[in-house]
Amino acid sequence: MLSIEGLRHVYGPVVALDNVSFMLAPGQTLAIFGPNGAGKTTLVKVLAGLIRPQRGTVRVDGGRRAIGWIGHESHLYDHLTVRENLLFWASLYGVPAAAREARAAGVAERLGLADRVERPVWSLSRGLAQRAAIARALIHDPRVLLLDEPFTGLDLAAAAELRVLLGELRGAGRTLVLATHNVDEGVELATHVAFQRRGRIVHFAPRGGRDAAQVADAYRRAMSDG
Amino acid sequence: MAELLRQAWAVARKDLVLELRTRTALVSAVVFTALVLTLFNFGRDPTAVPTLDLAPTVLWVTFTFAAMLTLNRAFQLELENQALEGLLVSPLSRTSLYWGKLIANLAFVAVVEAVGLPLFVLFFNVSVSRVLLPLVGVIALATLGFVAVGTLFSALVIRTRFAELLLLVILLPFLLPPLIGAVQVTARLLAGRPLSESVGYLKLLAAYDIVFVSLASFLFRFTVDE
Repeated sequence: MLSIEGLRHVYGPVVALDNVSFMLAPGQTLAIFGPNGAGKTTLVKVLAGLIRPQRGTVRVDGGRRAIGWIGHESHLYDHLTVRENLLFWASLYGVPAAAREARAAGVAERLGLADRVERPVWSLSRGLAQRAAIARALIHDPRVLLLDEPFTGLDLAAAAELRVLLGELRGAGRTLVLATHNVDEGVELATHVAFQRRGRIVHFAPRGGRDAAQVADAYRRAMSDG
Repeated sequence: MAELLRQAWAVARKDLVLELRTRTALVSAVVFTALVLTLFNFGRDPTAVPTLDLAPTVLWVTFTFAAMLTLNRAFQLELENQALEGLLVSPLSRTSLYWGKLIANLAFVAVVEAVGLPLFVLFFNVSVSRVLLPLVGVIALATLGFVAVGTLFSALVIRTRFAELLLLVILLPFLLPPLIGAVQVTARLLAGRPLSESVGYLKLLAAYDIVFVSLASFLFRFTVDE
């Protein structure tokens, strides 16, 4: 379970988070939509534990080990191979030594990287590097997955594959938080949608039966109010 | 404690592999050491200043500035694809991260010193065969101290502009105690004086190591957390 309450964080005069609270149960996926500068990345970084909020609390069942994070950058070392990167991150997340190779091979296979695991990261295309970044985030089988603009750099096929993968993770009881400025991305994955504007969550509700067009319409109205 | 050391070794091992692949800092530091010793060898007048008066200072100034080159690199490689953010989100303790960097930096500086010491003996024509063990001991004692402080400060400046210059400016004052101690002990050893004459300076070096390794291990978290 993931719960946050009363989060507030400012950068000088800019309010990045303003009294943000919500709770997500296992198997729920929250898609947070908002324009650039709305505070989505700050929110994801606070959830990941990278930024300590000036006010409010974050609670994640299982603590840091339970979190997987896909940020704007890959967090991979260019001069290590994909496999070496995955083994390194697996060791930091406490994956038992005997299980690391199999786990790395498993996520690489799942992300379509099986035949590229021995290649250094610098030699991968943008899309393949993004897949490797996702593999890195999944290496410890996290219960909560935080994704900040995860579709950036992926071609249509890879983006569709990622949606399938995220759908599987949700089905397996994982909690997902997906932040993006593009309403068309990831709507069908979401069990809940939130719209963020100038640090505030101005809309938080179950997606229900709404499709991407209906969510986009609600988003436009929420962004134009006030 | 075992987990802390295991994680520290994972970080150090990764840094060592990356350096062996790229060889950027090590090659620069070794070449720098050879050049400085060569310049001092041909740029001095042996009839004006006795070799034994000049040699210890030359040795330690060379080691110090060569070490700076490797220290600068310690956290720069974590800025590649923002890997540092990934480390900070992971369950890796800040102390493990610091110790991992410290171990890797000690290994790099030890390689530079292992190359520099024979060159120093060759160029300055000093006999170290009878004092090799105590000399290596003093080098190890002084190196631990200044690398401990340098590792902390390299993390402190890494997100600033002109990090390399800043590191030099803020680190050098802190290096005075171990440098003074190391130069004094080295001078006495090269002059054939017994080690017992240098007990005071050896205590200074040991105290510096204990205080600054402990202090840096504690303060490190404040340099990397946002």
